[in-house]
Amino acid sequence: MSSRFERYALLLTLPAGIMVLALYALPILQVLSLSLTEGKGAWANYSQLFTSRAVAKVVGTTLNVSLLTTAITLVVAYVIAFGMIHMTARSRRIALLMVSIPFWISVLVRAFAWITILRSQGVLNGALMGLGVISQPLELVYNRLGVTIGMVHYMVPFAVLLLYANLTDIDRRIVQAARSLGARPLTVFLKVWLPLSAPGLGVAALFVLVFSLGFLVTPALLGGGKTLMIAEYISVQISTTRRWDLATALSTALLIVVGLLIALALRSPTMRAAFGGGRR
Amino acid sequence: MGFLVIDQLTMTYGQVTALDDVSLTVKEGEFITLLGPSGSGKTTLLMSIAGFNRPTAGEIVFDGRQITGLEPEDRDFGLVFQGYALFPHLSVADNVAFPLRVRKWDKARIRARVAEMLDLVGLAHLAGRKPRQLSGGQQQRVALARALAFGPRVLLLDEPLSALDRMLRETMQQELRRLHRETGVTFLYVTHDQQEALTLSDRIAVFNKGRIVECDTAQRLFRAPKTRFVAEFLGENNFVTGTRQGGRWTGLGTGFVLPPDRDLPEDRSAATLWLRPGDIALGPAGAGEIGFQAVVEDVIFAGTSSGLHLRLPTGEPLVASVAAEISAAEITGKTLAFHARPGAVGVIPEGA
Repeated sequence: MSSRFERYALLLTLPAGIMVLALYALPILQVLSLSLTEGKGAWANYSQLFTSRAVAKVVGTTLNVSLLTTAITLVVAYVIAFGMIHMTARSRRIALLMVSIPFWISVLVRAFAWITILRSQGVLNGALMGLGVISQPLELVYNRLGVTIGMVHYMVPFAVLLLYANLTDIDRRIVQAARSLGARPLTVFLKVWLPLSAPGLGVAALFVLVFSLGFLVTPALLGGGKTLMIAEYISVQISTTRRWDLATALSTALLIVVGLLIALALRSPTMRAAFGGGRR
Repeated sequence: MGFLVIDQLTMTYGQVTALDDVSLTVKEGEFITLLGPSGSGKTTLLMSIAGFNRPTAGEIVFDGRQITGLEPEDRDFGLVFQGYALFPHLSVADNVAFPLRVRKWDKARIRARVAEMLDLVGLAHLAGRKPRQLSGGQQQRVALARALAFGPRVLLLDEPLSALDRMLRETMQQELRRLHRETGVTFLYVTHDQQEALTLSDRIAVFNKGRIVECDTAQRLFRAPKTRFVAEFLGENNFVTGTRQGGRWTGLGTGFVLPPDRDLPEDRSAATLWLRPGDIALGPAGAGEIGFQAVVEDVIFAGTSSGLHLRLPTGEPLVASVAAEISAAEITGKTLAFHARPGAVGVIPEGA
């Protein structure tokens, strides 16, 4: 029973669809085919992912930093989002504006700003030494700490918006009901807010983790070549060492892992509901 | 001293006055309904009693204790919402057990109490279901069982039946009356549905513009309203202007006498007279009855009865409810004689 317009509405998405296919899907397929044909062939290309110590180290660092970033981001973003839904409408508008300001600033600028703040002669070390809190500058950047700080800073606004949307959807009368039944604030939080925000937390975690696993700019700049993550490693293999075999195999492997991660997450009914798959 | 006393409660949000000097004394075990149009302050009062609103002035005293500043979780009142507000992630049994776990009852006692409450509302067979697997009526029963489980002495209900369809609403009304009778808990019930208020309550407090206009039993409010607002809000009603000269009224008919307990004080001579549609009958007046002529402008068939839209010679409109056998084609447009008993006519002094 669809109207004429509804039947042809699909056509409206055609230009975008063609663009995604030509500029995104085809290059990815090319990467896939290169990973099978480049160098000594498919078996050699993929088996080196498991034998190379350099790859093992990069994967270890990537997992470590990504999981840490996801955990810290979720806690920080939840606190902010939870605070926001309890604000007056006026403060909430201001808070939403503050959360979205980072989106207007290039990721490059943000990374360089963090270097300015965190490096040994930087703003933070300078201030701490000036106050006499420390005598030696702290190593805050060009290591995992620096990368994690930069990545958390990049991810928090996304996670805040995702969690804010989820928390706003929670029927406040359920919270009132819990209080009327005698639940104190901590119980209300643990037994009502937290379980009801599980879908939001799941979506935010998935988003941040997937984004972190393939993150290039911030780790490259704040890692200073010493903390190497997968995306930067791939970029080095392509542009510097010309190891197309390794780069394409690693890219494909990352794509598959991320795909599996999302597929796995979507098996959970709460996550399907959060993605709008409907709960019936 | 009453069981639950609301004393001169006022609540303002910025420029808006939601409650304006409201006082109400509730007796223990009573079923009292807060009735009024939306925005009249009835829910604001209920939420103030529940502890979610902080009144600007006045106080709430429960069982001799000041509770105005107490947090909702410290009040021990049951609360039932319009949208049920069940915990979607918990089963029916866990929903009912929630207030008991919060109070750290031991496991065996919780199990026994949950079974008892689910029996009370007839849902023992659905204990393991999630709320979204239940119908609206079943969800509301769970909400009632949950709110009553910990043995509150007062149950606050905020339009609990308004989301249900008409048939189910009538069944749930019976259910609420039974629960009230069996538990002996004091019920404070908010609704905008006057029929529901008449059916359920021991007493009704009628709200308008943040004030309680009148508070009395359903019968007295229906038969002898003191204000035009209540006369109009409770049940269908007709209003005509009346004047009195030498003890005799002119308005509906001419020169009729009202019973002394209905009549105005001696010094007044004008009032609004009301007469319910069901108290108007076709045909000329007998001895002691009020007779009048009116043009039948329209006949609306309503099943067991028909509504006759009449116009008096004074130009005032009137609705009469008569047996449905009447033939619309035969009487529409005609001027006919009608009559009513003087005891059915009410008087509201001008300005009330």
